[in-house]
This record gives sequence, C-alpha cells and structure tokens, in this order.
Amino acid sequence: MEQEAKTILPQVTSEEKVPVIEINGLVKTFGENNHVLKGINLSLNKGEDLVILGRSGSGKSITIKCIVGLVVPDEGEIKVFGQNVLNLVTHQLNEVRIRIGFLFQNSALYDSMTVKQNLAFTLKRHASDLTSQEIETHINAVLESVGLAEAINKMPSELSGGMRKRIALARTLILKPEIILYDEPTTGLDTITSREISELILDLKKKNNTSSIIITHDMACAKLTADRIIILKDGVIHAEGSYQELEESEDQWVRSFFI
Amino acid sequence: MNVYLKNVFTDVGNVTLFTSKFFKEVFSPPYEFKEFMKQCYIIGYKSIPLVAITGFIMGLVLTLQSRPTLAKFGAESWLPGMVALSLIREIAPVITALICAGKISSGIGAELGSMKVTEQIDAMEVAAINPFKYLVVTRILATTLMVPLLVIFADGIGMLGGYIGINMHGDVSLFRYISKVFDSLAFVDIIPATIKTFFFGFFIGMIGCYKGFNAENGTASVGQAANSAVVTASLTIFIIDMLAVQLTDLLF
Repeated sequence: MEQEAKTILPQVTSEEKVPVIEINGLVKTFGENNHVLKGINLSLNKGEDLVILGRSGSGKSITIKCIVGLVVPDEGEIKVFGQNVLNLVTHQLNEVRIRIGFLFQNSALYDSMTVKQNLAFTLKRHASDLTSQEIETHINAVLESVGLAEAINKMPSELSGGMRKRIALARTLILKPEIILYDEPTTGLDTITSREISELILDLKKKNNTSSIIITHDMACAKLTADRIIILKDGVIHAEGSYQELEESEDQWVRSFFI
Repeated sequence: MNVYLKNVFTDVGNVTLFTSKFFKEVFSPPYEFKEFMKQCYIIGYKSIPLVAITGFIMGLVLTLQSRPTLAKFGAESWLPGMVALSLIREIAPVITALICAGKISSGIGAELGSMKVTEQIDAMEVAAINPFKYLVVTRILATTLMVPLLVIFADGIGMLGGYIGINMHGDVSLFRYISKVFDSLAFVDIIPATIKTFFFGFFIGMIGCYKGFNAENGTASVGQAANSAVVTASLTIFIIDMLAVQLTDLLF
C-alpha cells in the first residue's frame, strides 16, 4: 500500500502544500431544479484540517460523498492523491477508498455485529494476511486510541451516542487512512462529549498526520480543529480563511456563524 | 396514466438491472461463504417451526375436508393418494412459498431498508466492501436453496398431518398409508413441483433485497420496503405458479 502511495503521490519538496484532494467545478443537481452544488473548487493539503461550514442543505455532505464516490456529480473533477476518482473503475476506486476514512453523521455501525466484529469486518477483508491474533491486537490498539477498549464485546445498541461516534471513528482508523472525512462528528452530542470528540480529532491528526475535511455546525469543534474554514452558500464557496479571519469578517452573513 | 406507466417501466428496468447484477456478482470472487451459511441458517433453519405447523395443518385440514366428498362415492381409499398429489404438486409449494414471502422477503426488505436508511450500506461501500455481494448475493442464494428444502419438509409434514386426519375417522396403518401415497406418485408429479420452488425461492430473495436495497431515505421507507416486498413476492409466486402449471401441462 505504501509503495503504491509513493507512485501515486506527486513528488513535492514542501510538505505543507501537497494537495491530497483537489476539487474543481463540482456541480450536482437533484431532480430538475434542486441545484445543490454550483461549481465548488477546493483543495485539501497534506496534514491539514479543513472545516466546511454552511446552512443545512448547502451541499456540505454531498461534497464529501462525491469524494468517496457515494454520489456521482454532474460535472467537475475530483482528484484524490492525484487521481481523478470520477474516471476510476470500481476496483481502482476501492484502492483509493481504503486510504480514506469516512465518519458518518449517524455513526453507521453495523448493528447486527458487536464492536469487535464491526472493526474486524473491514480489517479481515483488506488485510487477509493477518492472523486472528494480529487482528485482535489491531482492534485492541485502535479501541485504546479512542478510549473505549472496554466496549469490545458490546453491541452498538448498548452504546451511547458519544461512544458510537468513537467506535465509528475506531472503525475508520483500523485501516490507517491518510485522509479522514468527518460528516458532522459532534451532532447530537452534549457539550462535553462534543469537546472530547473534537480533541480526539485533533489528537489523531497529531499522532497520524492525517488530513481531514470536517463538516460541522459546531463552532467550538471548528475553532479547535480547523486549520482553514470554508463556508458554503447557495452551492458555492462564499468565504474562506482561518477561524480568526472569518470571525472578524465584515460580511454580516459570515459573522452570523460565529455569534 | 403516463406517469404511472413510466414508473412501471422504470421499475421493470431497475429490477432487470438488479437481477443481471446478481448474476454478474454471483460468479465473481471473493465469495462470502460464511455470510451465505449464516443466511441459510436464518432463512432455512429458523423457518422450520413455522413451516412445520402450517404443513401439518395443511395435510390435516385437506384430509378432513376431502373425506366427506370421497366417502359419498365410496372412494375413501383414494384419500392418501389425493392428499399426497395435492400437497406435492400445488398446496405445499405455494403455501410454503407464501409463508416465506411473509417471513423472509419482508425480513430481508426491512433489514436492508434499515441498513440503507442508517447509512450502513454506504459505510460498507466507502470501506471498499461490495455491499451487493455481501448482502444481496448471499441472501438470494440462501432463499433459492432453502425454500425448496422447506417445501420438501412441508410435503413430509403435510403427509403426516394427512395420516393423522385419516386415522381420526378410520384405522389405516402407517405402512399402508405410505404405500398408497407412493403408488399414486410419479416423478412427473415431483420434479416440476420441485423445480418451481427454486424460482419461488429466487424471487422471494430477489424482491426482498431489491425493495430493501432501494429504500429511499427515511424510516417510513423501511416499513414500505417490507410491506411492498411481501405484496410483490406473493403476487410473483402466483404468477410463477400459473406459468409453471401451464408449462408442465404442455410438456408432460
């Protein structure tokens, strides 16, 4: 996998500005008149945490779903590790997907499986050379990293909202992704749990040097995690900058997010 | 009317694509053997009590209801053969398939619909796992294999019910009853009836999976997927049965 990454990634001397995701002119329309995305251009650099803000229905989730091929855009280009994912056939797209983690808004844990089975399900299919003992070690390690080692034999229905998010994050981390896409990671959680999840996102970035796109309505999460923020309005990028820059923006609509 | 027709043709097209995808995926590795075995256990083994009860009642009631008419013509001795023929050729396959449509097709529709709505299917896809192969192929294969076995089981239990029904008003030994049953049966009665049950099983699984896999977002659609799966599968069973009977009549 690492060898393949070396061949795909463009060789650039400055690590800060290596784009791992580049989106150009992304357009998506549902039905005849529901123009959700009207030409989004954005890039995510290696090791960067990019937060996307916007009102509900502004196309934030659709944008990240386009990146992993869950939604097919009408127009545009999405380059992940230099490859246009829209031109890839299924097995090529799957090779890219293995390098991207996706945390769903509702966690999306497989509810007929225990926590251990949830994690092993993905790992067994992509690391078939691992022994049962090695799989168990990997699972324990990743559960430790999200602080939920004791939940290994629980069913998803036995977990609280915050625990489900953490387990979903652990499932995402089990394949050691280089990019993580977070779809509203703190939605529906209390303030303390939200902060814990935000700190976990930050911690994971520091430990693993992952790049992330974080979609959120939680300004505390945005403040803590964002290297850069993009605000979507009416299917286009309305504003872009650091948390502080946007907080001090003269645009009343932009400032309304920070009140 | 135009919109209705358009929807019907769109649905037919989507079902055809779904079915062709099944045949494409079923032969290509990796094979989800463990999940297939799990589904066989859920669909087959866990349906045994229900099929046993209904099969027994079918045989018993058929015998008790037919007896007075045959008695009028002094043809009570034909009762075992008539019960066996009715059960094997028509009643056990159709009733068992309808029970499976109610239990299995709706279960699959609700399960996959719920997985779709809660983004579990999307989660598999982004983890580079083929959800169609894991969820759909295994379930359709399991129903295709298990429904015929359940029908054969229902045939046997139904005939046991028939034996008890006959002995409520008379005294026939089990050996004599079985020999009467086998005397009246030919391969032409058993083979076409068994072949059609594979089609019943295939469509029960396929319709359940199609409805669940294509559930729209929202919890209400889970119920709709389950309900629609039962109705469509039941209707399909009757249509297949009619075609099978016509074909058997033509060939044998």
